[in-house]
Amino acid sequence: MKADVPKGTGSSLGEAAMAPVRLAMAAIDAPLRWVQRRLGIGGMATFFLLPNMLIFGVFVLLPFFINFAYSMTGGTALFLPDRSFVGGEQYARLFDCANYTDPNSCAEDTFWTAVGNTAWFVLLQVSLMILFSLITALILNRELMARSFWRAVFFFPVLLSPVVVGLIWKWILQRQGLLNFGLYGLGFDPYTWLNDRNWSFAATVGVSIWAHMGFYTLILLAGLQAIPKDLYEAAEMDGTRPARAFWRITLPLLMPNLLVVIVLVLIRAVQIFDEVYVLTGGGPGTSTLYITQYIYETGFATQLRNPGLAAAASILMGAVLVVLTLVQLGLGRKGEKKGARK
Amino acid sequence: MSRVAEFIFRRRGRSGWHWTDVFTWVWLIGGLFIMFGPAVWLVGSSFKSPAALAEFPPTIMPYVTQKATVEGYDKPLDLYEVTMPDGSKTVLAEVRRIGIVSQMVSPDKPTEIVKVKIAERTPVRTMSFATSNYSEPFTHFDFVRYLWNSVFVTVTATLITLIVNSMAAFALSKYEFRGRTFAMLLILATLMVPLSVIMVPLYSIVSALGLFNNLWGVILPTVATPTGVFILRQYMLTIPDELIDAARMDKASEWQIYWRIILPLTAPALAVLAIFSVVWRWNDFLWPLIVLSRKELYTLQVGLSIYSGELNVQWHFILAMTVVTMIPVVLVFIFLQRFITTGIAGTGLK
Repeated sequence: MKADVPKGTGSSLGEAAMAPVRLAMAAIDAPLRWVQRRLGIGGMATFFLLPNMLIFGVFVLLPFFINFAYSMTGGTALFLPDRSFVGGEQYARLFDCANYTDPNSCAEDTFWTAVGNTAWFVLLQVSLMILFSLITALILNRELMARSFWRAVFFFPVLLSPVVVGLIWKWILQRQGLLNFGLYGLGFDPYTWLNDRNWSFAATVGVSIWAHMGFYTLILLAGLQAIPKDLYEAAEMDGTRPARAFWRITLPLLMPNLLVVIVLVLIRAVQIFDEVYVLTGGGPGTSTLYITQYIYETGFATQLRNPGLAAAASILMGAVLVVLTLVQLGLGRKGEKKGARK
Repeated sequence: MSRVAEFIFRRRGRSGWHWTDVFTWVWLIGGLFIMFGPAVWLVGSSFKSPAALAEFPPTIMPYVTQKATVEGYDKPLDLYEVTMPDGSKTVLAEVRRIGIVSQMVSPDKPTEIVKVKIAERTPVRTMSFATSNYSEPFTHFDFVRYLWNSVFVTVTATLITLIVNSMAAFALSKYEFRGRTFAMLLILATLMVPLSVIMVPLYSIVSALGLFNNLWGVILPTVATPTGVFILRQYMLTIPDELIDAARMDKASEWQIYWRIILPLTAPALAVLAIFSVVWRWNDFLWPLIVLSRKELYTLQVGLSIYSGELNVQWHFILAMTVVTMIPVVLVFIFLQRFITTGIAGTGLK
């Protein structure tokens, strides 16, 4: 990106609207000059950084650190000073299992159900998401008429809110919905998809792919377009078959982008909540209960809320995310070295 | 014509259809239906009356059964086209149905009851858009309040995001000071701390500050976004330092430099961040769900999800409100898509 001097000035209406803002800015200039005299020019950096750092500190860093303290306390009290110290008891409770593959043998069985569900969800969603967005990106990279239109088609759901996404699909998958209508035309009886454990799980995977695929397609498309065309021309002249060109040119050169996308999809899949909460509410039963919903319900929503247990679970999830992010940062640096854009 | 077709279906190689060409078009057309279809179906459904929504199989367009007021009956009666025993067709109004026999009257002769088998009648239907799905939530429900809450949160949070993050980006790009790298790393490190990890302690902090059940409790935790600082700083680094030096010679204060020189020059990046921020804050769900427990404070997203989770869901209102919730984002999509797509392709940040 390059900074340009903005062309032209705003309309006279815009100018009029800006007048009070100008006045206010001029008015606070005098006290700020006084501040500047006290701090010196270099000290003004602190002044500019302060609001951001204050908000960061209070709403991100502070909660991050007291989360650890929370996870070592028990009881239902909200504020930390009122809570009793229990050491590693919450973690012990989360890990208290006779058999880790069977959630029913665990003291905190919903946690392990949520972990298991999330693992399956991540496995399926990430692999299908990568597959679909890669295919779409490859197709959009071809010589197409109205390419920007087709790109917009696949990008459209990305901007929709998760609640809207959840409701759209809840409406389509319900008994009188569009899916049953289509199947009815083919001679099938209507079915309540979201009351079925397996189908509702499949629905959460499918809907989350539908909603976010366009985003990753866009990143992969940018990577594809950065591959020099003359490589393909040279390959064609040598009589290389297209399939071979894909494995030998496209895929290796796309790899930095692809790895970043894989990690991004992973990080977001682990935290899946919003659209699933609206679509299935975690049900039927606990078949679509994922880890973020477990934390939310343990910490806030149930009668016997247990903030300490929720904090312990969130720290475990955070640890997984930190590992994934570090992998991403490492990959990003490697990509930059190769001259690829992250 | 053939030249147009040739242009549209430009193929790989010169002759014949390669399988990848077929696949491309199957994928694109299928994608068109799968990506747009659900939203179009939502908008279409939102204009249907509750009775039409309960029908199966559903109709594509919204239809309602025509009614007529018949003398001697309090309520308007449904009109049906009936095939009479002699094969002729007439329009009758249904009084009541008993099993498979329907008692009907002719609107012209209200006293004479005709018995008709229900298989021999079809409802008289006309297309009608149930605009009351839209107007009623605006007048009878808290919908306007939710809308206002969402607009307030979105606009305020975006303004604060722009100011606070541009100030920080200015400090981090144009000043040399001890701990600059540390501050930058600290900000970037918070990318690793998503809301879902810190929601329990964040809730206690927001409560301690008295911001529980307060729209500011929704706004403040979101405004210092690392993405914002990152985008703006990258952009400000390209502004030449000579401009700032020249302004200092002319006795401009640091605040004036920020406000009169840096901000106008950063306008394109600010625009990108503003668009992102509007979409983020408009779509936020989990955090408002935690912070807002009083009905009159709900944002649109929270209100919608709570109403749709109720036992007897009034789908006709939910669908219409969902469409309204979609509108700002669809407008952004139509008019500002270019900024968003270049923003994502450039930074990989959503």
